[in-house]
Amino acid sequence: MSSTPKATDPSAPLFQVEDLWVRYRMRYTSFEAVRGVSFNLGREKLAIVGESGSGKSTVGRALLKLLAGNAEITASRLQFGEVDIAHADEKTMQTIRGARVSMILQDPKFSLNPVIPVGEQIAEAYRVHQKVSRQEAKARTLDMLAAVQIRSPERVFGQYAHQVSGGMGQRIMIAMMLISNPEVIIADEPTSALDVTVRLQVLAILDDLVRQRGMGLIFISHDLNLVRSFCDRVIIMYGGQIMETVAAADLDNVQHPYSRGLLNALPSLEHRRPRLPVMQRDPSWSRLQKEITP
Amino acid sequence: MISVQNLDLAFQTAAEEHKVLNAINFEVAPGEVFGLVGESGSGKSTVLRCIAGLYRHWTGGISVDGQSVAGRLTKAHHRKIQMVFQDPYGSLHPKHTVNTTLAAPLRIHSIGDIDRRIVEVLGQVGLPTAARFRYPHQLSGGQRQRVAIARALILEPSVLLLDEPTSALDVSVQAEILNLLADVRRARNLTYIMVSHDLAVVAHLCDRVGVMQQGRIEEVLEVPTLLAGEARTDYTRILFEASRRYDRSMASSLAGAAKTA
Repeated sequence: MSSTPKATDPSAPLFQVEDLWVRYRMRYTSFEAVRGVSFNLGREKLAIVGESGSGKSTVGRALLKLLAGNAEITASRLQFGEVDIAHADEKTMQTIRGARVSMILQDPKFSLNPVIPVGEQIAEAYRVHQKVSRQEAKARTLDMLAAVQIRSPERVFGQYAHQVSGGMGQRIMIAMMLISNPEVIIADEPTSALDVTVRLQVLAILDDLVRQRGMGLIFISHDLNLVRSFCDRVIIMYGGQIMETVAAADLDNVQHPYSRGLLNALPSLEHRRPRLPVMQRDPSWSRLQKEITP
Repeated sequence: MISVQNLDLAFQTAAEEHKVLNAINFEVAPGEVFGLVGESGSGKSTVLRCIAGLYRHWTGGISVDGQSVAGRLTKAHHRKIQMVFQDPYGSLHPKHTVNTTLAAPLRIHSIGDIDRRIVEVLGQVGLPTAARFRYPHQLSGGQRQRVAIARALILEPSVLLLDEPTSALDVSVQAEILNLLADVRRARNLTYIMVSHDLAVVAHLCDRVGVMQQGRIEEVLEVPTLLAGEARTDYTRILFEASRRYDRSMASSLAGAAKTA
Protein backbone atom coordinates (compact mmCIF):
# COMPACT_ATOMS: atom_id res chain seq x y z
CA MET A 1 0.00 0.00 0.00
CA SER A 2 1.28 3.48 -0.84
CA SER A 3 2.21 6.07 1.76
CA THR A 4 -0.65 7.46 3.79
CA PRO A 5 -1.70 10.86 2.44
CA LYS A 6 -2.05 13.70 4.91
CA ALA A 7 -5.40 15.43 5.07
CA THR A 8 -3.63 18.76 4.93
CA ASP A 9 -2.43 18.19 1.39
CA PRO A 10 -5.13 19.93 -0.69
CA SER A 11 -4.73 17.61 -3.67
CA ALA A 12 -4.87 14.38 -1.67
CA PRO A 13 -8.19 12.56 -1.70
CA LEU A 14 -10.24 13.01 1.47
CA PHE A 15 -11.84 9.61 1.29
CA GLN A 16 -10.40 6.56 -0.43
CA VAL A 17 -12.80 3.68 -0.74
CA GLU A 18 -11.84 0.38 -2.32
CA ASP A 19 -14.01 -2.69 -2.56
CA LEU A 20 -16.47 -1.68 0.14
CA TRP A 21 -19.03 -4.29 1.18
CA VAL A 22 -21.88 -3.97 3.64
CA ARG A 23 -23.60 -7.16 4.73
CA TYR A 24 -26.60 -7.34 7.01
CA ARG A 25 -26.57 -10.54 9.02
CA MET A 26 -29.93 -11.97 9.90
CA ARG A 27 -30.73 -15.11 11.81
CA TYR A 28 -30.75 -17.45 8.85
CA THR A 29 -29.64 -15.35 5.95
CA SER A 30 -27.53 -12.37 5.13
CA PHE A 31 -28.16 -9.54 2.74
CA GLU A 32 -25.50 -7.62 0.86
CA ALA A 33 -26.60 -3.99 0.62
CA VAL A 34 -23.33 -2.68 -0.81
CA ARG A 35 -21.20 -4.86 -3.04
CA GLY A 36 -17.68 -3.89 -3.96
CA VAL A 37 -17.96 -0.12 -4.18
CA SER A 38 -14.79 1.88 -4.92
CA PHE A 39 -14.33 5.62 -5.28
CA ASN A 40 -12.21 8.53 -4.17
CA LEU A 41 -13.50 11.81 -2.83
CA GLY A 42 -11.47 14.97 -3.32
CA ARG A 43 -12.42 18.56 -2.56
CA GLU A 44 -15.38 18.32 -4.86
CA LYS A 45 -19.11 17.80 -4.98
CA LEU A 46 -19.63 14.11 -5.60
CA ALA A 47 -23.13 12.81 -6.15
CA ILE A 48 -24.33 9.29 -5.45
CA VAL A 49 -27.60 8.66 -7.28
CA GLY A 50 -29.79 5.63 -7.51
CA GLU A 51 -33.30 4.40 -6.82
CA SER A 52 -34.54 3.23 -3.45
CA GLY A 53 -32.69 0.12 -2.34
CA SER A 54 -29.65 0.84 -4.50
CA GLY A 55 -27.44 1.16 -1.42
CA LYS A 56 -26.64 4.83 -1.85
CA SER A 57 -27.51 5.85 1.71
CA THR A 58 -25.82 2.76 3.10
CA VAL A 59 -22.56 3.82 1.45
CA GLY A 60 -22.86 7.27 3.04
CA ARG A 61 -23.48 5.78 6.46
CA ALA A 62 -20.78 3.13 6.12
CA LEU A 63 -18.19 5.88 5.71
CA LEU A 64 -18.98 6.94 9.29
CA LYS A 65 -19.79 3.42 10.49
CA LEU A 66 -23.30 4.59 11.37
CA LEU A 67 -25.05 1.32 10.59
CA ALA A 68 -27.19 -1.06 12.58
CA GLY A 69 -25.45 -3.56 14.86
CA ASN A 70 -25.96 -6.47 12.50
CA ALA A 71 -24.24 -4.70 9.62
CA GLU A 72 -20.78 -5.91 8.74
CA ILE A 73 -18.53 -3.47 6.89
CA THR A 74 -15.54 -4.83 4.99
CA ALA A 75 -13.27 -3.05 2.56
CA SER A 76 -9.80 -3.58 1.21
CA ARG A 77 -9.32 0.12 1.88
CA LEU A 78 -11.49 2.64 3.69
CA GLN A 79 -9.29 5.60 4.40
CA PHE A 80 -10.19 9.08 5.60
CA GLY A 81 -7.08 11.26 5.51
CA GLU A 82 -4.65 9.51 7.82
CA VAL A 83 -7.34 7.45 9.56
CA ASP A 84 -8.01 3.87 8.57
CA ILE A 85 -11.80 3.80 9.05
CA ALA A 86 -12.06 0.10 8.29
CA HIS A 87 -10.07 -0.75 11.41
CA ALA A 88 -10.85 2.27 13.56
CA ASP A 89 -12.46 1.71 16.97
CA GLU A 90 -15.51 3.57 18.28
CA LYS A 91 -13.35 6.05 20.16
CA THR A 92 -11.51 7.09 17.02
CA MET A 93 -14.80 7.29 15.12
CA GLN A 94 -16.13 9.67 17.77
CA THR A 95 -13.30 12.09 16.99
CA ILE A 96 -14.29 12.02 13.32
CA ARG A 97 -18.09 12.06 13.40
CA GLY A 98 -19.39 15.59 13.53
CA ALA A 99 -15.92 17.08 13.93
CA ARG A 100 -14.25 16.15 10.66
CA VAL A 101 -17.06 14.49 8.73
CA SER A 102 -20.64 15.48 9.32
CA MET A 103 -23.95 14.41 7.95
CA ILE A 104 -27.12 16.22 6.86
CA LEU A 105 -30.28 14.15 6.56
CA GLN A 106 -33.47 14.60 4.58
CA ASP A 107 -35.97 16.07 6.98
CA PRO A 108 -34.98 18.66 9.62
CA LYS A 109 -38.22 17.86 11.49
CA PHE A 110 -36.74 14.52 12.49
CA SER A 111 -33.12 15.60 12.85
CA LEU A 112 -33.71 18.43 15.32
CA ASN A 113 -34.61 17.87 18.95
CA PRO A 114 -38.18 19.14 19.39
CA VAL A 115 -37.80 20.26 23.03
CA ILE A 116 -34.53 22.21 22.87
CA PRO A 117 -34.21 25.61 21.14
CA VAL A 118 -32.40 25.16 17.82
CA GLY A 119 -29.65 27.63 18.78
CA GLU A 120 -28.81 25.61 21.89
CA GLN A 121 -28.49 22.51 19.72
CA ILE A 122 -26.03 24.19 17.37
CA ALA A 123 -24.00 25.55 20.29
CA GLU A 124 -23.99 22.11 21.88
CA ALA A 125 -22.66 20.60 18.65
CA TYR A 126 -19.83 23.11 18.80
CA ARG A 127 -19.04 22.57 22.46
CA VAL A 128 -18.83 18.80 22.01
CA HIS A 129 -15.86 19.29 19.73
CA GLN A 130 -14.26 22.51 21.05
CA LYS A 131 -13.41 23.48 24.60
CA VAL A 132 -15.06 26.89 24.69
CA SER A 133 -17.30 28.84 27.03
CA ARG A 134 -21.05 29.05 26.63
CA GLN A 135 -20.84 32.68 25.51
CA GLU A 136 -18.27 31.91 22.89
CA ALA A 137 -20.27 28.98 21.56
CA LYS A 138 -23.32 31.21 21.34
CA ALA A 139 -21.39 33.90 19.49
CA ARG A 140 -20.10 31.31 17.02
CA THR A 141 -23.63 29.95 16.60
CA LEU A 142 -25.00 33.39 15.78
CA ASP A 143 -22.23 33.88 13.22
CA MET A 144 -23.03 30.53 11.71
CA LEU A 145 -26.76 31.26 11.53
CA ALA A 146 -25.90 34.49 9.73
CA ALA A 147 -23.64 32.52 7.37
CA VAL A 148 -26.58 30.35 6.31
CA GLN A 149 -28.45 33.58 5.56
CA ILE A 150 -30.83 33.59 8.46
CA ARG A 151 -31.74 37.23 8.79
CA SER A 152 -32.43 37.49 12.51
CA PRO A 153 -30.06 34.96 14.15
CA GLU A 154 -30.90 36.16 17.67
CA ARG A 155 -34.59 35.40 17.23
CA VAL A 156 -34.06 32.04 15.50
CA PHE A 157 -31.56 31.00 18.18
CA GLY A 158 -34.37 30.73 20.73
CA GLN A 159 -36.92 29.07 18.48
CA TYR A 160 -37.99 25.43 18.55
CA ALA A 161 -37.98 23.05 15.59
CA HIS A 162 -41.75 23.28 15.13
CA GLN A 163 -41.57 27.06 14.84
CA VAL A 164 -39.34 27.10 11.77
CA SER A 165 -40.18 26.25 8.16
CA GLY A 166 -38.64 23.33 6.28
CA GLY A 167 -36.17 25.54 4.42
CA MET A 168 -35.18 27.33 7.61
CA GLY A 169 -34.83 23.98 9.42
CA GLN A 170 -32.49 22.68 6.75
CA ARG A 171 -30.38 25.87 6.99
CA ILE A 172 -30.19 25.31 10.75
CA MET A 173 -29.01 21.73 10.09
CA ILE A 174 -26.37 23.04 7.69
CA ALA A 175 -25.25 25.58 10.32
CA MET A 176 -25.02 22.81 12.93
CA MET A 177 -23.07 20.52 10.63
CA LEU A 178 -20.66 23.19 9.46
CA ILE A 179 -19.92 24.87 12.79
CA SER A 180 -17.16 22.39 13.61
CA ASN A 181 -15.57 23.17 10.24
CA PRO A 182 -15.50 19.59 8.96
CA GLU A 183 -13.48 18.43 5.98
CA VAL A 184 -16.28 16.39 4.49
CA ILE A 185 -20.07 16.74 4.48
CA ILE A 186 -22.28 13.78 3.68
CA ALA A 187 -25.70 15.08 2.66
CA ASP A 188 -28.37 12.41 2.29
CA GLU A 189 -31.26 13.82 0.22
CA PRO A 190 -30.89 17.18 1.99
CA THR A 191 -33.39 19.05 -0.16
CA SER A 192 -35.92 16.37 -1.15
CA ALA A 193 -38.47 17.61 1.38
CA LEU A 194 -38.21 21.23 0.22
CA ASP A 195 -40.09 23.26 -2.38
CA VAL A 196 -38.16 24.00 -5.57
CA THR A 197 -37.49 27.68 -4.90
CA VAL A 198 -36.48 27.01 -1.29
CA ARG A 199 -34.35 24.09 -2.44
CA LEU A 200 -32.43 26.38 -4.76
CA GLN A 201 -31.58 28.77 -1.94
CA VAL A 202 -30.55 26.03 0.47
CA LEU A 203 -28.33 24.46 -2.19
CA ALA A 204 -26.71 27.82 -2.92
CA ILE A 205 -25.79 28.19 0.76
CA LEU A 206 -24.34 24.69 0.85
CA ASP A 207 -22.54 25.31 -2.43
CA ASP A 208 -20.92 28.57 -1.23
CA LEU A 209 -19.83 27.19 2.13
CA VAL A 210 -18.38 24.02 0.62
CA ARG A 211 -16.44 26.06 -1.90
CA GLN A 212 -15.20 28.73 0.53
CA ARG A 213 -13.99 26.20 3.06
CA GLY A 214 -12.56 23.75 0.53
CA MET A 215 -14.63 20.85 1.81
CA GLY A 216 -15.60 17.63 0.09
CA LEU A 217 -19.31 17.00 -0.35
CA ILE A 218 -21.01 13.65 -0.88
CA PHE A 219 -24.49 14.44 -2.14
CA ILE A 220 -26.82 11.46 -2.02
CA SER A 221 -29.87 12.00 -4.20
CA HIS A 222 -32.41 10.42 -6.50
CA ASP A 223 -32.78 13.60 -8.55
CA LEU A 224 -30.70 13.34 -11.71
CA ASN A 225 -31.62 16.79 -13.00
CA LEU A 226 -30.52 18.45 -9.81
CA VAL A 227 -27.29 16.49 -9.58
CA ARG A 228 -26.44 17.35 -13.18
CA SER A 229 -26.31 21.06 -12.46
CA PHE A 230 -25.17 20.99 -8.82
CA CYS A 231 -22.37 18.43 -8.58
CA ASP A 232 -19.00 17.84 -10.21
CA ARG A 233 -19.05 14.06 -10.50
CA VAL A 234 -21.84 11.51 -10.36
CA ILE A 235 -21.78 7.89 -9.20
CA ILE A 236 -24.76 5.86 -10.38
CA MET A 237 -25.65 2.91 -8.18
CA TYR A 238 -27.90 -0.08 -8.70
CA GLY A 239 -28.28 -3.20 -6.57
CA GLY A 240 -25.45 -2.20 -4.25
CA GLN A 241 -22.93 -1.74 -7.03
CA ILE A 242 -21.59 1.25 -8.95
CA MET A 243 -22.88 1.05 -12.50
CA GLU A 244 -21.01 4.06 -13.74
CA THR A 245 -19.08 7.13 -12.62
CA VAL A 246 -19.27 10.20 -14.85
CA ALA A 247 -18.52 13.90 -14.75
CA ALA A 248 -21.81 15.72 -14.12
CA ALA A 249 -21.35 17.63 -17.38
CA ASP A 250 -21.26 14.33 -19.29
CA LEU A 251 -24.37 12.92 -17.67
CA ASP A 252 -26.20 12.97 -20.99
CA ASN A 253 -23.56 10.72 -22.49
CA VAL A 254 -23.73 7.91 -19.97
CA GLN A 255 -23.04 4.48 -21.40
CA HIS A 256 -24.50 1.95 -19.03
CA PRO A 257 -28.01 0.83 -19.99
CA TYR A 258 -29.23 1.35 -16.43
CA SER A 259 -28.00 4.96 -16.34
CA ARG A 260 -29.50 5.54 -19.77
CA GLY A 261 -32.80 4.03 -18.66
CA LEU A 262 -32.88 6.19 -15.56
CA LEU A 263 -32.26 9.38 -17.55
CA ASN A 264 -34.81 8.50 -20.21
CA ALA A 265 -37.52 7.66 -17.67
CA LEU A 266 -37.34 11.19 -16.30
CA PRO A 267 -40.14 13.50 -17.48
CA SER A 268 -38.46 16.44 -19.13
CA LEU A 269 -39.14 20.15 -19.30
CA GLU A 270 -37.06 20.39 -22.48
CA HIS A 271 -38.95 18.10 -24.82
CA ARG A 272 -42.31 16.40 -24.51
CA ARG A 273 -42.73 12.74 -25.32
CA PRO A 274 -46.05 10.97 -25.65
CA ARG A 275 -44.75 8.05 -23.58
CA LEU A 276 -41.85 7.65 -21.21
CA PRO A 277 -39.53 4.76 -22.04
CA VAL A 278 -39.89 2.10 -19.37
CA MET A 279 -36.76 0.49 -18.08
CA GLN A 280 -36.17 -3.14 -18.91
CA ARG A 281 -34.01 -4.43 -16.11
CA ASP A 282 -31.26 -6.77 -17.20
CA PRO A 283 -30.34 -9.43 -14.60
CA SER A 284 -26.72 -9.10 -15.71
CA TRP A 285 -26.58 -5.65 -14.04
CA SER A 286 -26.87 -7.34 -10.68
CA ARG A 287 -24.07 -9.76 -11.41
CA LEU A 288 -20.89 -8.84 -9.66
CA GLN A 289 -18.60 -6.60 -11.65
CA LYS A 290 -15.05 -7.52 -10.88
CA GLU A 291 -13.11 -4.64 -12.33
CA ILE A 292 -12.20 -1.94 -9.83
CA THR A 293 -12.22 1.66 -10.97
CA PRO A 294 -8.95 3.42 -10.21
CA MET B 1 -66.80 18.86 -17.79
CA ILE B 2 -65.60 20.50 -14.62
CA SER B 3 -66.17 24.11 -13.81
CA VAL B 4 -64.87 25.91 -10.75
CA GLN B 5 -66.11 29.44 -10.19
CA ASN B 6 -65.07 31.88 -7.52
CA LEU B 7 -64.16 29.13 -5.12
CA ASP B 8 -63.32 30.42 -1.64
CA LEU B 9 -62.46 28.35 1.39
CA ALA B 10 -61.46 29.38 4.89
CA PHE B 11 -60.67 27.43 8.01
CA GLN B 12 -61.85 28.89 11.27
CA THR B 13 -59.64 28.75 14.32
CA ALA B 14 -60.61 30.18 17.69
CA ALA B 15 -58.89 33.47 17.08
CA GLU B 16 -58.96 34.02 13.36
CA GLU B 17 -60.13 32.93 9.99
CA HIS B 18 -57.47 31.43 7.79
CA LYS B 19 -58.23 31.81 4.13
CA VAL B 20 -56.76 28.96 2.07
CA LEU B 21 -58.50 29.41 -1.28
CA ASN B 22 -59.19 32.74 -2.87
CA ALA B 23 -61.38 33.20 -5.94
CA ILE B 24 -60.32 30.06 -7.79
CA ASN B 25 -61.62 29.91 -11.36
CA PHE B 26 -60.98 27.33 -14.04
CA GLU B 27 -62.77 25.12 -16.54
CA VAL B 28 -61.76 21.63 -17.65
CA ALA B 29 -63.09 20.28 -20.94
CA PRO B 30 -64.20 16.64 -21.31
CA GLY B 31 -61.20 14.41 -21.96
CA GLU B 32 -58.74 17.10 -20.92
CA VAL B 33 -55.87 16.67 -18.47
CA PHE B 34 -55.61 19.72 -16.27
CA GLY B 35 -52.68 20.19 -13.91
CA LEU B 36 -52.41 22.22 -10.73
CA VAL B 37 -48.88 23.05 -9.61
CA GLY B 38 -47.58 25.07 -6.75
CA GLU B 39 -45.45 24.84 -3.66
CA SER B 40 -46.55 23.37 -0.37
CA GLY B 41 -49.37 25.31 1.22
CA SER B 42 -50.49 26.87 -2.05
CA GLY B 43 -53.88 25.14 -1.80
CA LYS B 44 -53.59 22.84 -4.80
CA SER B 45 -54.67 19.67 -2.97
CA THR B 46 -57.42 21.61 -1.22
CA VAL B 47 -59.00 22.44 -4.59
CA LEU B 48 -59.10 18.72 -5.40
CA ARG B 49 -60.65 17.90 -2.06
CA CYS B 50 -63.37 20.50 -2.62
CA ILE B 51 -64.21 18.97 -6.02
CA ALA B 52 -64.25 15.48 -4.51
CA GLY B 53 -66.69 16.67 -1.86
CA LEU B 54 -64.27 16.11 1.02
CA TYR B 55 -64.68 19.74 2.14
CA ARG B 56 -68.20 21.08 2.23
CA HIS B 57 -67.98 24.59 3.64
CA TRP B 58 -66.58 26.38 0.61
CA THR B 59 -68.40 29.17 -1.17
CA GLY B 60 -68.63 29.75 -4.89
CA GLY B 61 -69.55 27.21 -7.51
CA ILE B 62 -68.22 23.80 -8.51
CA SER B 63 -69.98 21.69 -11.08
CA VAL B 64 -69.04 18.40 -12.64
CA ASP B 65 -70.78 17.26 -15.79
CA GLY B 66 -73.35 20.01 -15.36
CA GLN B 67 -74.25 19.00 -11.81
CA SER B 68 -73.37 21.14 -8.85
CA VAL B 69 -71.10 19.74 -6.17
CA ALA B 70 -72.99 21.31 -3.30
CA GLY B 71 -75.48 20.19 -0.74
CA ARG B 72 -76.12 16.50 -0.32
CA LEU B 73 -74.12 14.43 -2.77
CA THR B 74 -75.60 11.33 -4.31
CA LYS B 75 -73.90 7.99 -4.78
CA ALA B 76 -74.05 8.59 -8.51
CA HIS B 77 -71.96 11.71 -8.05
CA HIS B 78 -69.28 9.88 -6.10
CA ARG B 79 -69.23 7.17 -8.69
CA LYS B 80 -68.48 9.75 -11.36
CA ILE B 81 -65.51 11.27 -9.51
CA GLN B 82 -62.76 9.13 -8.08
CA MET B 83 -59.51 10.11 -6.43
CA VAL B 84 -55.98 8.68 -6.30
CA PHE B 85 -53.76 9.78 -3.43
CA GLN B 86 -50.03 10.29 -3.07
CA ASP B 87 -49.02 7.54 -0.73
CA PRO B 88 -50.51 4.21 -1.74
CA TYR B 89 -49.36 2.68 1.51
CA GLY B 90 -51.42 5.15 3.46
CA SER B 91 -54.48 4.97 1.23
CA LEU B 92 -54.84 1.17 1.17
CA HIS B 93 -56.15 -0.72 4.18
CA PRO B 94 -53.21 -2.76 5.49
CA LYS B 95 -55.41 -5.68 6.57
CA HIS B 96 -57.47 -5.89 3.40
CA THR B 97 -56.34 -7.91 0.41
CA VAL B 98 -56.35 -6.29 -3.01
CA ASN B 99 -59.53 -8.27 -3.70
CA THR B 100 -61.33 -6.85 -0.64
CA THR B 101 -60.14 -3.34 -1.45
CA LEU B 102 -61.42 -3.55 -5.02
CA ALA B 103 -64.71 -5.24 -4.09
CA ALA B 104 -65.67 -2.63 -1.47
CA PRO B 105 -66.65 0.19 -3.85
CA LEU B 106 -68.66 -2.28 -5.95
CA ARG B 107 -70.60 -3.48 -2.91
CA ILE B 108 -71.26 0.09 -1.76
CA HIS B 109 -72.72 0.96 -5.16
CA SER B 110 -74.58 -2.39 -5.42
CA ILE B 111 -72.84 -3.32 -8.63
CA GLY B 112 -72.83 -7.00 -9.52
CA ASP B 113 -70.40 -9.09 -11.50
CA ILE B 114 -67.67 -8.36 -8.95
CA ASP B 115 -65.41 -11.22 -9.96
CA ARG B 116 -65.26 -10.32 -13.63
CA ARG B 117 -64.78 -6.62 -12.92
CA ILE B 118 -61.85 -7.21 -10.57
CA VAL B 119 -60.05 -9.50 -13.02
CA GLU B 120 -60.64 -6.98 -15.78
CA VAL B 121 -59.40 -3.95 -13.88
CA LEU B 122 -56.32 -5.80 -12.61
CA GLY B 123 -55.42 -6.58 -16.20
CA GLN B 124 -55.97 -3.00 -17.22
CA VAL B 125 -53.61 -1.58 -14.60
CA GLY B 126 -51.00 -4.21 -15.40
CA LEU B 127 -51.16 -6.26 -12.21
CA PRO B 128 -50.73 -10.04 -12.34
CA THR B 129 -53.79 -12.05 -11.26
CA ALA B 130 -51.57 -13.47 -8.51
CA ALA B 131 -51.68 -10.03 -6.87
CA ARG B 132 -55.43 -10.31 -6.31
CA PHE B 133 -55.21 -12.03 -2.93
CA ARG B 134 -52.16 -10.24 -1.62
CA TYR B 135 -51.98 -7.61 1.11
CA PRO B 136 -50.49 -4.13 0.47
CA HIS B 137 -47.27 -5.00 2.32
CA GLN B 138 -46.69 -7.85 -0.12
CA LEU B 139 -46.65 -5.47 -3.06
CA SER B 140 -44.01 -3.02 -4.28
CA GLY B 141 -44.67 0.73 -4.20
CA GLY B 142 -45.50 0.82 -7.89
CA GLN B 143 -47.86 -2.14 -7.59
CA ARG B 144 -49.63 -0.48 -4.67
CA GLN B 145 -50.20 2.66 -6.70
CA ARG B 146 -51.61 0.44 -9.45
CA VAL B 147 -54.07 -0.98 -6.91
CA ALA B 148 -55.06 2.55 -5.90
CA ILE B 149 -55.65 3.40 -9.57
CA ALA B 150 -57.60 0.16 -10.06
CA ARG B 151 -59.82 1.00 -7.09
CA ALA B 152 -60.57 4.37 -8.64
CA LEU B 153 -61.25 2.85 -12.08
CA ILE B 154 -63.44 -0.03 -10.98
CA LEU B 155 -66.47 2.25 -10.62
CA GLU B 156 -65.99 3.43 -14.20
CA PRO B 157 -65.80 7.11 -13.29
CA SER B 158 -65.60 9.89 -15.84
CA VAL B 159 -63.28 12.08 -13.77
CA LEU B 160 -60.10 11.09 -11.92
CA LEU B 161 -58.62 13.45 -9.36
CA LEU B 162 -54.91 12.66 -8.97
CA ASP B 163 -53.20 14.06 -5.90
CA GLU B 164 -49.43 13.71 -6.37
CA PRO B 165 -49.87 10.19 -7.74
CA THR B 166 -46.17 9.57 -8.40
CA SER B 167 -44.24 11.60 -5.83
CA ALA B 168 -43.67 8.63 -3.54
CA LEU B 169 -42.26 6.51 -6.37
CA ASP B 170 -38.83 5.96 -7.92
CA VAL B 171 -38.11 7.51 -11.32
CA SER B 172 -38.46 4.27 -13.28
CA VAL B 173 -41.70 3.34 -11.49
CA GLN B 174 -43.00 6.87 -11.94
CA ALA B 175 -42.53 6.47 -15.69
CA GLU B 176 -44.61 3.27 -15.65
CA ILE B 177 -47.43 4.89 -13.66
CA LEU B 178 -47.46 8.01 -15.86
CA ASN B 179 -47.70 5.79 -18.94
CA LEU B 180 -50.49 3.80 -17.31
CA LEU B 181 -52.43 6.98 -16.51
CA ALA B 182 -52.03 8.17 -20.10
CA ASP B 183 -53.17 4.79 -21.51
CA VAL B 184 -56.17 4.51 -19.21
CA ARG B 185 -57.28 8.02 -20.04
CA ARG B 186 -57.17 7.30 -23.76
CA ALA B 187 -58.94 3.95 -23.41
CA ARG B 188 -61.77 5.29 -21.25
CA ASN B 189 -61.84 8.91 -22.40
CA LEU B 190 -61.40 10.16 -18.86
CA THR B 191 -60.95 13.70 -17.61
CA TYR B 192 -58.09 14.24 -15.16
CA ILE B 193 -57.14 16.91 -12.72
CA MET B 194 -53.65 16.26 -11.47
CA VAL B 195 -51.98 18.02 -8.59
CA SER B 196 -48.21 17.93 -8.30
CA HIS B 197 -45.29 19.96 -7.01
CA ASP B 198 -43.18 18.53 -9.83
CA LEU B 199 -43.51 20.73 -12.87
CA ALA B 200 -41.90 18.14 -15.14
CA VAL B 201 -44.49 15.51 -14.23
CA VAL B 202 -47.37 17.92 -14.78
CA ALA B 203 -45.90 19.14 -18.06
CA HIS B 204 -45.56 15.56 -19.22
CA LEU B 205 -49.13 14.45 -18.64
CA CYS B 206 -51.24 17.62 -18.80
CA ASP B 207 -52.64 19.78 -21.59
CA ARG B 208 -53.08 22.89 -19.48
CA VAL B 209 -51.66 23.94 -16.12
CA GLY B 210 -52.91 26.24 -13.39
CA VAL B 211 -50.09 27.69 -11.31
CA MET B 212 -51.09 28.29 -7.70
CA GLN B 213 -49.55 30.43 -5.01
CA GLN B 214 -50.97 31.25 -1.60
CA GLY B 215 -54.48 30.10 -2.36
CA ARG B 216 -54.77 31.83 -5.71
CA ILE B 217 -54.36 30.72 -9.28
CA GLU B 218 -51.61 32.95 -10.61
CA GLU B 219 -52.16 31.93 -14.20
CA VAL B 220 -53.56 29.17 -16.37
CA LEU B 221 -51.47 28.32 -19.39
CA GLU B 222 -51.05 25.73 -22.11
CA VAL B 223 -48.16 23.35 -21.49
CA PRO B 224 -46.34 24.23 -24.78
CA THR B 225 -46.43 27.89 -23.71
CA LEU B 226 -44.91 26.92 -20.37
CA LEU B 227 -42.20 24.80 -21.99
CA ALA B 228 -41.35 27.60 -24.42
CA GLY B 229 -40.66 29.79 -21.38
CA GLU B 230 -43.46 32.19 -22.31
CA ALA B 231 -45.24 32.29 -18.98
CA ARG B 232 -46.85 35.63 -18.16
CA THR B 233 -46.21 35.87 -14.43
CA ASP B 234 -42.82 36.08 -12.74
CA TYR B 235 -43.78 33.38 -10.29
CA THR B 236 -44.39 30.81 -13.03
CA ARG B 237 -41.10 31.69 -14.67
CA ILE B 238 -39.24 31.30 -11.37
CA LEU B 239 -40.94 27.96 -10.73
CA PHE B 240 -40.05 26.79 -14.23
CA GLU B 241 -36.41 27.83 -14.02
CA ALA B 242 -35.99 26.46 -10.49
CA SER B 243 -37.38 23.10 -11.64
CA ARG B 244 -35.01 22.89 -14.58
CA ARG B 245 -31.67 23.09 -12.86
CA TYR B 246 -29.57 24.44 -10.02
CA ASP B 247 -28.39 27.91 -10.89
CA ARG B 248 -26.28 29.89 -8.43
CA SER B 249 -27.20 33.33 -9.78
CA MET B 250 -30.90 32.53 -9.72
CA ALA B 251 -30.64 31.50 -6.07
CA SER B 252 -29.23 34.93 -5.19
CA SER B 253 -32.00 36.70 -7.05
CA LEU B 254 -34.56 34.55 -5.22
CA ALA B 255 -32.98 35.39 -1.88
CA GLY B 256 -33.02 39.05 -2.88
CA ALA B 257 -36.68 38.86 -3.86
CA ALA B 258 -37.54 37.21 -0.55
CA LYS B 259 -35.80 40.00 1.35
CA THR B 260 -37.74 42.76 -0.34
CA ALA B 261 -41.02 40.88 0.01
